[in-house]
This record gives sequence, C-alpha cells and structure tokens, in this order.
Amino acid sequence: MSILDLTAVALGKKIRSGEVTSPEAAKAVLARMKALEPVLNCYVTIDEEQTLEQAARVQKEIEEGRLTGPLAGVPVAVKDNLCTEGMRTTCCSRILENFTPAYTAEAVENLKKAGAVILGKTNMDEFAMGSTTETSAFGVTRNPWNLDHVPGGSSGGSCAAVAAGEAFYALGSDTGGSIRQPSAFCGVTGIKPTYGTVSRYGLIAYGSSLDQIGPVAKDVTDCATILEAVSSCDKKDSTSMERKDLDFTSALVEDVRGLRIGIPRDYFGEGLDSEVKEAVLKAAQVLAAKGAVVEEFDLSLVEYAIPAYYVIASAEASSNLSRFDGVKYGYRTREYEGLHSMYKKSRSQGFGPEVKRRIMLGSFVLSSGYYDAYYLKALRTKALIKQAFDRAFARFDVILGPAAPTTAPRLGESLSDPLKMYLGDIYTISVNLAGLPAMTLPCGIGSKGLPIGLQLIGDCFQEKKIIRAAYTYERTRSYQAPALDGYLAAGQPGAAGGSEPGAAGGGCPGAAGGSEPEAAETSRQAAATEQEVQ
Amino acid sequence: MGRQYETVIGLEVHVELATKTKIFCGCSTEFGGAPNTHTCPVCTGMPGSLPVLNKQVVEYALAVGLATNCSINQHCKFDRKNYFYPDNPQNYQISQLYLPICHDGWVEIETAAGTKRIGIHEIHMEEDAGKLVHDEWEDCSLVDYNRSGVPLIEIVSEPDMRSADQVIAYLEKLRLIIQYLGASDCKLQEGSMRADVNLSVREAGALKLGTRTEMKNLNSFKAIARAIEGERQRQIELLEEGKQVVQETRRWDDNKESSHAMRSKEDAQDYRYFPDPDLVPVWISDEWIARVRAQQPEMRTQKLARYQKEFALPQYDAEILTGSKHLADVFEETVALCGRPKEVSNWLMTDAMRLLKEQEQDASALSFSPANLAKLIRLVEENVINRTVARTVFEEIFAHDIDPEAYVEAKGLKVVSDEGALQKVIQDLLAANPQSVADFKAGKEKAMGFIVGQTMRAMKGKADPAVVNKLVREMMAK
Repeated sequence: MSILDLTAVALGKKIRSGEVTSPEAAKAVLARMKALEPVLNCYVTIDEEQTLEQAARVQKEIEEGRLTGPLAGVPVAVKDNLCTEGMRTTCCSRILENFTPAYTAEAVENLKKAGAVILGKTNMDEFAMGSTTETSAFGVTRNPWNLDHVPGGSSGGSCAAVAAGEAFYALGSDTGGSIRQPSAFCGVTGIKPTYGTVSRYGLIAYGSSLDQIGPVAKDVTDCATILEAVSSCDKKDSTSMERKDLDFTSALVEDVRGLRIGIPRDYFGEGLDSEVKEAVLKAAQVLAAKGAVVEEFDLSLVEYAIPAYYVIASAEASSNLSRFDGVKYGYRTREYEGLHSMYKKSRSQGFGPEVKRRIMLGSFVLSSGYYDAYYLKALRTKALIKQAFDRAFARFDVILGPAAPTTAPRLGESLSDPLKMYLGDIYTISVNLAGLPAMTLPCGIGSKGLPIGLQLIGDCFQEKKIIRAAYTYERTRSYQAPALDGYLAAGQPGAAGGSEPGAAGGGCPGAAGGSEPEAAETSRQAAATEQEVQ
Repeated sequence: MGRQYETVIGLEVHVELATKTKIFCGCSTEFGGAPNTHTCPVCTGMPGSLPVLNKQVVEYALAVGLATNCSINQHCKFDRKNYFYPDNPQNYQISQLYLPICHDGWVEIETAAGTKRIGIHEIHMEEDAGKLVHDEWEDCSLVDYNRSGVPLIEIVSEPDMRSADQVIAYLEKLRLIIQYLGASDCKLQEGSMRADVNLSVREAGALKLGTRTEMKNLNSFKAIARAIEGERQRQIELLEEGKQVVQETRRWDDNKESSHAMRSKEDAQDYRYFPDPDLVPVWISDEWIARVRAQQPEMRTQKLARYQKEFALPQYDAEILTGSKHLADVFEETVALCGRPKEVSNWLMTDAMRLLKEQEQDASALSFSPANLAKLIRLVEENVINRTVARTVFEEIFAHDIDPEAYVEAKGLKVVSDEGALQKVIQDLLAANPQSVADFKAGKEKAMGFIVGQTMRAMKGKADPAVVNKLVREMMAK
C-alpha cells in the first residue's frame, strides 16, 4: 500500500507518530502529479518549491510540538477560486490569468493554521459556472475513472485530484452542487455545509447568497475533520454564522437507529438513470437494515429550483463579475480607444462563453421592467422551496437521494446543450437555495465503470446527522480508487497506488483506465462507438 | 415677459460622515494622505473581499433621521447600484434603494418671508467613490481609492423650496443639525457636504410640475445661489421662446457662471439595483432608536435659550456663538475652565471673529485650545498682563495655540507695578520735561497725560496704568 492510498486523517496520524514525514508525503504526491497531470489536468497552478518548503516548515513545527492537529503536515489541493497570497488565483478565467492575490482566503488560512501543506490550485469551470470543468480557460480535467468522461464540476479539478491520489484532500466550493456532483462523478466524498458555516472571505464570488466552501476527501472521517478545521465565525464575512456546534467529528458514530430518513419521490422520477436509482435505493435499504426509519414522501417544487437558481445565481454573478474590467488587475486588452472600448474588449476577450451567457442572463433579469417578473419571483420561489424543506425536516432527520441523474457524462456532451447541463443540477440546486448542508459519497459503480453518488441532505445546522448517516453507510463498504496504474511510471513513489476491488460497490474498478495509455485510447474509441449506437 | 413663473426646487444632499473608519472596512477616512494609502482589499474591490457594515454609520444616519423628524425603517437593507466607472472599484456602489434607513421627515427654515417646513423624502446610507486624477502630461488617468468606501448619507428633500434663499436656509439648517450631532463637519469646499439641485419652473398657479434638471458641481452657498438663479432664468427663457426644458443633468461652472449639459435622460443608465447578498439586513430595534434619541445632544434652539438664561448672555451673543457648533464648543469648554462667560464671549465675538474674517475663514477653522484662552482671561483678571498686551497674546494663541503663561513669562510681558522702578522712570521724565511740570502746577491736567503716556511707552506697555497714574500725579504735585 502506498502513502497515497492513505486518507488525510490516516496520513496525519502517521506524520504525528513519526512514521512518515510531511515532506515525504508531499514528495509522493508531487511525483504522482508529475505522472498524471499530463493525462488528467487536475491542477492549473503547481509550485513544487513552495510546497516542499511549507512541508519542511510544518514538519519542524510538528516535531517541536507546536502543531498537533489531525491534518498537520497533510498536503491539500485548493480550488482556484480561493485566494492564496503569493500564488496565482485565476478562477480558470483568462481575465484573471495573471492575478496573484495579496491575501489568503479565510478557509485556507484556517487550514494553514491546522498545518496544511498547499500543493497547488485545482482546475474548475470558469468562475465556477458549469457542471463539467469544461468551461475552464485552461483545458478540461479528465475523469480518472474514464478519461473520456468529465469529472463533473465546477470543483472537477479538486475531486479528480483526490480520486487520483494527486491530493490527500481538497477544498471545493458549492453554489449549485459544485462539490457534491463532481464528488459523485469521481467516487469521492464531499460536504457542502450550511450557508454561513465556512467564511466566504477570499472566495471569489459567483452567487454570493449560495456559495459555500467545503471539503472533498476519500471518506466521511476526513470530510468531518476538514470541515471542523475550515469552519469559523469570521468577522470579515457578514453572512458568517456564530456556531457552537462545529465539533463535526463527534458525529462519526456508527449508529442510525431511529434516524428518520425521507426519500423524496420527486427525486426518483423521470430523467433519473435506472442504475443510479437502483444504487441509491440500495443504500437506503442498507441504512434501513442498520436501524434507520426510511420513508418516501413528496418534497414538491423540485421543478422550480432550476429556473429560480439560474435567475438568482446569474443576477448575483452579473454584479459580482463586474469588477473584472481591466482597470485594476487581471487582463486588459492590448488596443483600445477610450474607456468604454477598453471595458468592452477586455471583458469580451477575457470571459468565456458560459460566463458571458450568465452575465447577460443576470443583467437581463435585474434590468428595469424585468426585475419583478424574474428576480423577485425567483426570490419568492426560493422562499417557498425553503418552506418545503422545513416541512420535510419536521418529519425527517435526513433526506436521501441521488447526487445527479446520471454518472459522469462524456467530454463535450454537455456544453453542446447547456440547458440539458443545467437540468443535471436538479438534485443539488435546491439545497443551495435553502442554505442546507448536504454531502455526497460513493454508493456504487455504474455499467460504464463510473462511480455513482449518494446524496444526504440535512436541515440547517444539522451536519452531524448527515455525517452520522454517511459514516454508518460508509462502514458497510470499502473505499475504491480508480485504476491508474498504466499512467504511473515505474519507480515513482506511490506507483503501487492501484485499487483494491470494492467489497460492496459491485462495480468493475479499472474498467475505464486501462493498464496502458494505448488501452485508454482504445476504450475511448469503443465508448465513442457505443455513443453513436445510442 | 407677461407671465409669472414659480421656481420649484428639491435637493439631494450628500454628507460624509465623521466616522474614523470606512463604511465597509477598517481603513481610515482621513482626508488627504498619499494616493491609495488608506486602502485594503475591500475598498479597492479585490476579488473575494467582502463588506462588513460599520455600525457607527447606522448610528449617525439614525441620529440625523431622528433630528429631522424622519420615520425609521427598522428593517433596512443595502442594495447594489450597478454601473461601470473606474472610480468605483467593484463597478457597483453599495447604497440603499428599496428600504432606506429614514423616510418622511422635515425641517423648519426661517427666511425673510417667514417660517416654512421643508419635507425630507428619505435619507439613505451609501459608500463614496474614489477619485480620478487626469494626468495630462502622461496622457492617462489615475485613480486614488482613499475616498472609496468613505461613508455617506444622502438626504433627499421633497420639492418644497421656491427660492435660492430657502435653499440656503435649508442647507444651513441641515448643516447645523448635522454638525451639532457630530455626524459630519459639513464642509462644502472640502466636499464633506455636497448638494445637487433639482429645479423646474412652472407658470404661477399651475399644479403640474415642469420638467426638471439636476445641477451638479456646486461647491459653496454662493455658487448654489448663482446656479439657481442662472438655471431659473435659462428655463424661463426656453419656455418664453416656446421651447421645452430637457430633463438632464447639468454641470455648473462657477467661474463662467453658466452650466452645460452632462447627460440627458435618454442616456440614463439602468442601475439594475438589487439587494446586496454580501450584507445582512440591518435590524434597528426600538431600544437602539431610544438610545440614539436619548444621546442626542442639545440642539441649537435649546442652546440658544440656555446661553441667555444660564450665562446671562445677550441674545446677540448667544446667536453668534451657537451659529457654529464648534464655536459653541470652544465657548463652553473655556467657560468650564475659567468662568466669566461674558468675558469669554467677548474674546470670541470680537477678537476671534475679527481674525477669522481677516483670513476669510469661518468658525470651524478655530483651532486653539480652550485651556489657553481660559489662561489668558485669568492673566488679565489677575492683572498679570494688561489688556493691550492681552490682545497681542491672543493673536499668538489664535495663530499658534501658544500657552499664554509661558509666552508672557518668556517675552517679559508682565505688568510692572513695582513702584520703585516706575518712580525712577518718572523722575527721569520729569527732569527732562520741566515745562510739563510747570504746566501741571499751573493747573493744566493735560500735562500729566503726556508724562503718563511717556512712562507707558518707556515701559513698553507693560506698566500697570493705575499705578502709573497715581505715581505721576503724586510726583508732579511735589
């Protein structure tokens, strides 16, 4: 077993006991990155020197007894919309291609205090707008389970990196499912906490009223531990909450007896892949067998979540992104005549098509004469959706459903039909509108060899309930990593990072990766043929 | 011109609040400072930065609202006003549109025409923008964000004013109220108080309002009065010629005493206002309102009455002293130290006002410490210096805030009442002027005045005049 197969918490334990050092762990990941990045492209910025320097410094502090936390010395990947002082932060947009912030996001600062070693910045959809990581200005990230498929998005780089052993854990952000959906597509675990739990200071805003930062990791224990470390009441963020119940690891208890789990029928209707449905319902049965009380119910209003979300998020984005104008930082067009020409050309050249689409949509719904018809109506819909969840949580502790209607789509498939891509967010989006905590964790492997994710939704501030349910479920299976042996050159540390066949997943691990690059190519062609037949 | 016209004026007044830090970050609000030194990620619109409301801004806005008889929106919110301009680092200004903190108030003004109530439509809180500097030499524009995020309140009046007199009276009233509350120093020249004038004319007796224009760039009361007169005439001329007034924003040029159009209504931008999701709604509790109300300082009317009653000052003195919050503060602090209110009032109203006038400044420019004026008054009272000397010492206090005790000591300005020293000087003068002695003895009192004057001169004004008088009379009579 390689270091790279360890969870963040397991690695932290070994570092504290002296079995492994932080620089050793960092070197192992950096070597893995070197081998896999040409294939996967999880990162947009890597600074090996800085990483090793941090690891050495953290190691010293651990040895001197100054750093004692569970994540001390463990290398982490950070989504590229979180500001990192001295390290390029681009939101994967041309417009911020050369932007280096003068300060670090609060969540990353909290991790640094916990002794994290930052590996680099991960790829994402431009300004977190997208569900596939394909709108990035710096190329797509490939799904480590099958290179022809997307990793999901927008935190696709973070999730793929964790799945591929290119990071022990990662930070992502979730505005409409951007942590949960790619976690599901990459077979890892992610949490979007209750709005206000993690400070947004330093997170480059997409939809301010919906954005939350959260962890992506190999298991529930890691996620709870990381969330505990990044959460804080931050005076610099007015929407930050003062919570006294941030001891999320206390919920790592294998016990769901009496836990009331609701299955929303609305989440299992038309549009849901049968194999996803099957795997998710099977997970519910597992929890029922463990003593949970599982019951179906009608959540209602689900179909209104997507339009409400795209109105609100785009409206906020159109305003949030107006600061990128070529005046103060970031990209400025070379030739222009006067101020307005500079604005127009800088923004036209700097933003990609999906970002422009949402800026236009957002500007439209806020413009005079349309504000009431769209923006206000969307806000009212948002309030109704929250009420529907309130009613549900009067009956249930946890809502269980799929994270996405399908497994990861093929590259290129989604962007050609953005409306279809938007519809893929149906199970995740209403959680953001209602400000709820939710997590996804793997519950099986589909017929294409791609992971299936289970989503657990809790009431506001009830992360512990979903963590307990997730932990209990997770104990019935074992972690599966994608087979990437073929891409790992011999002699590299971590070369043995393959996967143990899953005990409960019932999938076919490694079906996509192949053992050699050529094999992957073949499988890509095979998949393409299959696509045409459909 | 056979037709009579009525002028209808409403004002939008921006006031910079006197908070130490900016509205949404901890940067200093101090005026001046090298460009971009009072800045941080928040007030320069860096990606990922977030605003946090300065509570003192709400407190000041609330105080001004209560003092102007406004209703308070206890649940108020901030909205984003979206527009692109480089002095606005986020390309949106955080302001209040839907739920401003105060609404529906009024103030009473007095003009030659009598007393009038001017309605206040609303008061809202917002952030100021930075400043663009056009560098003609380099042919480029630079931006200084020191002022970006300085808190403002905008006071929007109803269109209740009919003349420049009323406008000036309204502005002076607002200025006094706000200065008394300590919410701002309200200096038009420095831009801490800015007024935009909305003006329209209509035929006398007409009910419907005419088309209005908005006049900007008014930096003094005089400029405001001139701009109102200029715009009134311009609009009347247009109507007389059968033309129409265009709804537009105009910029006043006080040097040319004329205005030019900046932008018309057609160019008006759609600001796409929406609630700022980075800020939480402000809840102003009954207790908060009660506390601010209880903390409201004594306003001018009460002070005016008190000065006459408590200090037995003439109404004239009380009016001048309370006409500036700063002057009233200096007065009260000085009286607290040395008593003698009428004496303090005299110094401020005569000597201080004269010096201010010479320098073309108003009372807010007084910068000496009350302790030094109090000391001066005590020096005179205890006859340590005489009044002539005191006047020159006061000029030093006014200009350099010197400590009069140390100054008098160092410059040797104390009254000389040592009879021996004086007798010697007088003896010498009498010896040198036998004619004067003879005249005096012959009954010419005038001759004594000459010797007294010469003695004072020889003593460089420091002698005690009473003692000199006594000694000269005695010695001449011998």
